[in-house]
Amino acid sequence: MQSKKTKTLEPQTETKLAELQQTRERRTVLMQGNEAVAYGALDAGVNFFAGYPITPSTEIAEILSVELPKRNGVFVQMEDEIASICAITGASLAGAKSLTATSGPGFSLMQEGIGYAKITETPCVVVNVQRMGPSTGMPTSPAQGDIMQSKWGSHGDSPAIVLYPDSVKESYELTIRAVNLSEKYRTCVILLLDEVLGHMREAVCLPDLANVRVISRIKPTVPPHWYKHYDENQKYLSPLASYGEGYRFHVTGLTHDSHGFPTNKSTEAFEMMERLRKKISYNIRDLVQIESHKMEDATIAIFAAGIVSRAAKAAIVMARAEGIKVGLLRPLTIWPFPDDAVRKMLRNVETVIVPELNQGQFIGEIQRLTKDKSESNVISLQRCDGTLFTPNDILRKIKEVS
Amino acid sequence: MATIPQKIVHQYLRHDKKFPHVWCAGCSNGIVLGAIIRAIAEMDINRDDIVMVSGIGCSSRMPVYIDLNTLHTLHGRSIAYATGVKLYKPYMKVIVITGDGDCTAIGGNHLIHAARRNIDLTVILINNNIYGMTGGQASPTTPHMAIATTAPYGNIEPDFNVCNLAMGAGASFVARTTAYHVQEMQKYFIEAINHPGFSLVEVESACPVIYGRLNKKGGAPEMMKSMRDNTIPLAAYEKLPKEKTEGKTIRGILRQEVRQEYCAAYQDLIKRVNVKEGK
Repeated sequence: MQSKKTKTLEPQTETKLAELQQTRERRTVLMQGNEAVAYGALDAGVNFFAGYPITPSTEIAEILSVELPKRNGVFVQMEDEIASICAITGASLAGAKSLTATSGPGFSLMQEGIGYAKITETPCVVVNVQRMGPSTGMPTSPAQGDIMQSKWGSHGDSPAIVLYPDSVKESYELTIRAVNLSEKYRTCVILLLDEVLGHMREAVCLPDLANVRVISRIKPTVPPHWYKHYDENQKYLSPLASYGEGYRFHVTGLTHDSHGFPTNKSTEAFEMMERLRKKISYNIRDLVQIESHKMEDATIAIFAAGIVSRAAKAAIVMARAEGIKVGLLRPLTIWPFPDDAVRKMLRNVETVIVPELNQGQFIGEIQRLTKDKSESNVISLQRCDGTLFTPNDILRKIKEVS
Repeated sequence: MATIPQKIVHQYLRHDKKFPHVWCAGCSNGIVLGAIIRAIAEMDINRDDIVMVSGIGCSSRMPVYIDLNTLHTLHGRSIAYATGVKLYKPYMKVIVITGDGDCTAIGGNHLIHAARRNIDLTVILINNNIYGMTGGQASPTTPHMAIATTAPYGNIEPDFNVCNLAMGAGASFVARTTAYHVQEMQKYFIEAINHPGFSLVEVESACPVIYGRLNKKGGAPEMMKSMRDNTIPLAAYEKLPKEKTEGKTIRGILRQEVRQEYCAAYQDLIKRVNVKEGK
């Protein structure tokens, strides 16, 4: 990896955490991406983990099996990934902050359960340390093949929140953010990691716990007979009771009314679907995070997420040394897609290069937004062989189009 | 709104929500629901402390009608969801309502592993020998050579003995009864809910509209009588000569033993870890 070069580039993360980095006592440790996720989960208040071993995510389970009992949290190794997503959803309904970690094959198995968590608006987090697919694929090789699955994997329309870090430090931060967003928006939030990121070690300086911003679900204050499990208040963020608190609500995966009882009425079905959609689309500003790197004067932009953006940043340094004005737009939130930022990028540059470790998943989203630009300006760079882009791969493309 | 009669069952139903129920005339599910309610009432458990979890199927529609904490989950996954609830709040009583297809086909894996862990769930498996909700397909408990819409020439597969399956997997309380034996059923439910460990009560039930019609078993009364006549209590079964027990099903508590319960084991682990850590 080009870690030495990229480390000098400015980190773009949640501003509060970035500020905190400067004020607290520093203690730097060498840490793996998977470790960072585990400690991020603990710092975010996760107290329930259910999972099943799968390369390359297993370290997350292993670390939490050590750490959760120390904090009176629950760690359980389930019989499969389906059971894992079910158990974390059940625990969340009982009041837990819950998380599971998996990789491609397990992520595929979890899709029905992810849909259930979304329709029942139950907070939980699924970490998918992506490996090369399809099927068993290459378990220890990187690929970005789950970009679309993380949005469309479950049947039916179900708006998604998916975060995608590019470094070990950001894995920690985005794990916390994933837990926070799941609690705030009452949904299953997905954190995508690259295999390489999960296993890569970098120097990381974690903030003091007191400085970590933790969001927890809003609790109802109304008496039980007034409680609506899916109350339509401002911006669709409604309070959530837990089992055992006297509210005795009903939860079902069937299309339901605002109390949670199943319905076949088209008006109520429409209302529920709109609620799920608007919950995300009305809060795009809060959800979308992007890093805009050297884009001010760029004529060529690279759109890349996760580990690919690290090679892109190195390529940008090399290209700029040769006088080519290249910038990077990196989504930290890939779903909802940062439409506005991408539109702005398309307006301001002549060419967009979209390198991705798959057979073209992000590229379609960019092309969707190219109404006023000819398609030739959006150039796809694909690699799907279990290896990473080198900075030179990207540099070559930059030179080709400049 | 009509006045609500004040029998025990009526105090536990969600009258103003989703009635009438979805079950066919003659279905046993209502009898089982009544027995569960009377068991809960007799045990006098605070209903805020009970979670009823179910999967998908006719029987799994039960939680919507009962005023408890209720969770209607995915097909086959009720035990996995229940495991999450129970582990996070071990003081709660978690009752799983499931059917033969839900529990032993798509959910078979979760059943055997929950039994192996001996987690304190009470699984009430309502066995109607068929997939009722989807219209009568063969399930793992459809008897050999019985007719189903996906076994039109007779089911060539052997059927599961669910109680033996659970015992083999390590369940510490296993009982079998039928929808005909209402008081016995209620008694077993109480025993199962009180049992500190994984418990499974298999309730044979009548599905006259689908299973009964496909297999010419008559209406609900005939199927009820058949459950009365074709089952033998465990104690009598052991004494009777073989020719009299041929083809009959045993009713009774087939296993009741105490071994370490999973949530308790986890609490012990937490204590052990924290002592080691000097907390």
